[in-house]
Amino acid sequence: MIEDILTVMWKERKTILRGRAISSKFLQILLFPIILNTVFPITWGPDWVTDFPPLLSAIIIPALLLAVMVPDSFAGERERNTLDTLLASRLPDRAIFFGKLVTPIIVGWGTAVSLSLVSLIVVNTAYGEGELLLFTPPIAIGILVLSFLSSTTMAGAGILTSLRSETVQEAMQKLLTLFTVPAVLVQVLPLLFREQFAAFMRTADGLQLLFIAVAVLVLIDIGIFSLAFTRFQRSKMYLH
Amino acid sequence: MRALDNLTFEVPAGKIFGFLGPNGAGKTTTIRLLLGLLDPTFGRVEVLGFDSSKQPDEIRARTGALLECNGIYEQMSAEDNMEFYARIWRLPTAERQVRIKELLTQMGLWERRKELAGKWSKGMKQKLALARAILHQPQLIILDEPTAGLDVMAAMSIRENLASLADSQGVTVFLTTHNMAEAERLCAQVAVIREGKLVALNDPDDLRAQVGGYRIEVRGKGFNENVLTLLRERPEVSTAEVTSNQLIISLSEEVDSFPLLDLLVKAGVTVEEVRRGKASLEDVFVTLMEEER
Repeated sequence: MIEDILTVMWKERKTILRGRAISSKFLQILLFPIILNTVFPITWGPDWVTDFPPLLSAIIIPALLLAVMVPDSFAGERERNTLDTLLASRLPDRAIFFGKLVTPIIVGWGTAVSLSLVSLIVVNTAYGEGELLLFTPPIAIGILVLSFLSSTTMAGAGILTSLRSETVQEAMQKLLTLFTVPAVLVQVLPLLFREQFAAFMRTADGLQLLFIAVAVLVLIDIGIFSLAFTRFQRSKMYLH
Repeated sequence: MRALDNLTFEVPAGKIFGFLGPNGAGKTTTIRLLLGLLDPTFGRVEVLGFDSSKQPDEIRARTGALLECNGIYEQMSAEDNMEFYARIWRLPTAERQVRIKELLTQMGLWERRKELAGKWSKGMKQKLALARAILHQPQLIILDEPTAGLDVMAAMSIRENLASLADSQGVTVFLTTHNMAEAERLCAQVAVIREGKLVALNDPDDLRAQVGGYRIEVRGKGFNENVLTLLRERPEVSTAEVTSNQLIISLSEEVDSFPLLDLLVKAGVTVEEVRRGKASLEDVFVTLMEEER
């Protein structure tokens, strides 16, 4: 099974990095995160290594990157007429599913962590003054955990919307809708609940907020992965 | 809607089996059933001794497929396309390289293996897809219109490869095609389906005799209504039609053509050329489709 998953990952890596169109798109998507992790640390100052902005960056970067990348996973194969042949091969369902899921997680996570390191170099270059500035342990752990969870959430949601979409564009629209729903739901929550929640957020310390963010993302991940895996059945992958 | 209806047939091992039918007849659905990608709502499908509903993985592990769309990753090189499927079929690294080289050379693609497959012509992609389908030396190859849209030379090259696979390697080939001449040339047996139902199953030669019957084609001048009426009155003549200076006489049985030619000459027809034979597979196909209507 592991060998089959690695095979799918090998192909995913080739198509992401080798395809000229995709790689140029990949670089365009990376432009904003690169600016985020080079310009912001300079404007924020040496507090960048102890404050919350690197955590936001760790969540935003994989989300941005994978929102464009993952809808391509199944819908892209369907659009380019390569899915049928892949499904007719001996690859087990799980290998196809996890191969397509793990690759973007690694890309999203790896990019977020790499760019965090880039931001660290930028801060040290600008404000180091001979002293090595490092992320505090909670921030460093926060970057690793939140960027991982952000990657898994976006990869899972992307796969889920891509499974039954005929085109990449349709998958992207579904993904956008999926992430708009919670924002709408918040608006329909009772006012009292929203006020209590806002008050809690104002008083909670950084560590508490980190734990809440982690717990919420883990719960979302479990839900999304279960749903996506249940929906991934060879016979239901044919839309015509 | 019922895509297939009581479809029953057996494919002889080591032969090329043609699966013919108009668009929407159920050919692609049949292929998906054979590959265990769809489950039948009724009946069962057995491929290479495995039940397609219960052991689809066993079937897919022993089968190569070139489906309606060639499935080539256009943003990858030809070599990477082959490498990906070689990894899927778990060919050992050393064997993988040898086999890829052997097949790409055989298809005349080795020199251009590093190029992106998306830049290739349709014929080259189709050859690459065929090489990919036979990479792991499967017992069965399923091909969905492999020569559709190809130029004469590319189609001929694919046909030669297919014939060689069945003849020299004993591979069973399940082939769908709209090209009747191709089916006639390649297939040891053909099945014709329409609206999901089997309408004919036989050796192409026997099918031509059975459905299309025997016929005489006469090229010449003077084919008028009187001549046609005289012919149609003969008991051995099923139909007599004129198309562009050519008279086609369909016979109900194999008979001596001399009395009919004598009749034509006496009726004032100038005979320039006479050909005897069976109906082509295309004629048979058209007849079968019209009968069903």
